[in-house]
Amino acid sequence: MAQTAIVGEKVGMTQRWVDDRIVPVTVLRVDPMRVVQIKTTERDGYTALQVTYGQRDPRKMNQPAAGHFAAAGVQPGRNLVELRLDSVDGFEVGQEITVEQIPAGSLVDVTATSRGKGFAGTMKRHNFRGQGASHGNHKHHRAPGSIGACSFPGRVFKGLKMSGHMGHEQVTTLNLQVVDSDAERGLLVVKGSVPGPNGGVVHVRSAVKAAVKGS
Amino acid sequence: MKTTDLIDSDQLRDDIPDFQAGDELKVHVRVVEGGKERIQVFQGDVIARQGGGLHETYTVRKLSYGVGVERTFPVHTPSVAKIEVVKRGDVRRAKLYYLRDRVGKSARIREKRDF
Repeated sequence: MAQTAIVGEKVGMTQRWVDDRIVPVTVLRVDPMRVVQIKTTERDGYTALQVTYGQRDPRKMNQPAAGHFAAAGVQPGRNLVELRLDSVDGFEVGQEITVEQIPAGSLVDVTATSRGKGFAGTMKRHNFRGQGASHGNHKHHRAPGSIGACSFPGRVFKGLKMSGHMGHEQVTTLNLQVVDSDAERGLLVVKGSVPGPNGGVVHVRSAVKAAVKGS
Repeated sequence: MKTTDLIDSDQLRDDIPDFQAGDELKVHVRVVEGGKERIQVFQGDVIARQGGGLHETYTVRKLSYGVGVERTFPVHTPSVAKIEVVKRGDVRRAKLYYLRDRVGKSARIREKRDF
């Protein structure tokens, strides 16, 4: 699990000059987060921070949600997000967390929901090769081909790669380098791409497998 | 305004002179060789300018020993020390790709005259 974690929103991609070279970067907006609840091993079986960010009209909330915020004494925010951490020592309810948690130059893992691709064929979904454009082919250019043998085994094996729903699932990109961490404007700039559409919620945590990569 | 413009604006250079397709430029390029840095000048005609914001680029074409050479630079790259406008060209289009098919007299660009 991670040492530090924050939650933000994907703004979009652009580029930056780093040492006279263009680096593709993704900009994330990170509003200050407020700790609503602290999950501990004794009580919950795991350690995490439940945080919220942004503003929400308290009149438009249902009573359970409003009560949850009121019990913590925290102003209601847009969303409740749980950040799993190694240790929650030093955090208290109501405390504000900012983008400063993730300094520039560090490596992070970014988790988000990928863009939904709908019902996708095997070429798009599993990188199948498809079939020929000519040589007598008729209406089978993107078809998967054979999916099994004959009366033995007499069935299609489970887990065979076929067409189906693609995307809109949780994707984690590991070991992205933080190019800039701007606490004043609440922006985090990471090198490379991040899953999901612009405006999507992204979870950022300090890289958990970075040491393995370096050795 | 694009949402990423906020980040881009820190990177934009404000020392870029006005120039457009048809102008002749001297582009002073920083070249690092063996740890030492020197300036190399690339002089030629701007045949295109494309893109916007931080991503904008321009293409400079020159004849080098009878061979046409084109280089495309990002407008805001820090590796260009200076841009000098040598001549203003009088052209009727934004992209001068027709110059690639021409040599000699017909490949010239008329100089702009202000009366």
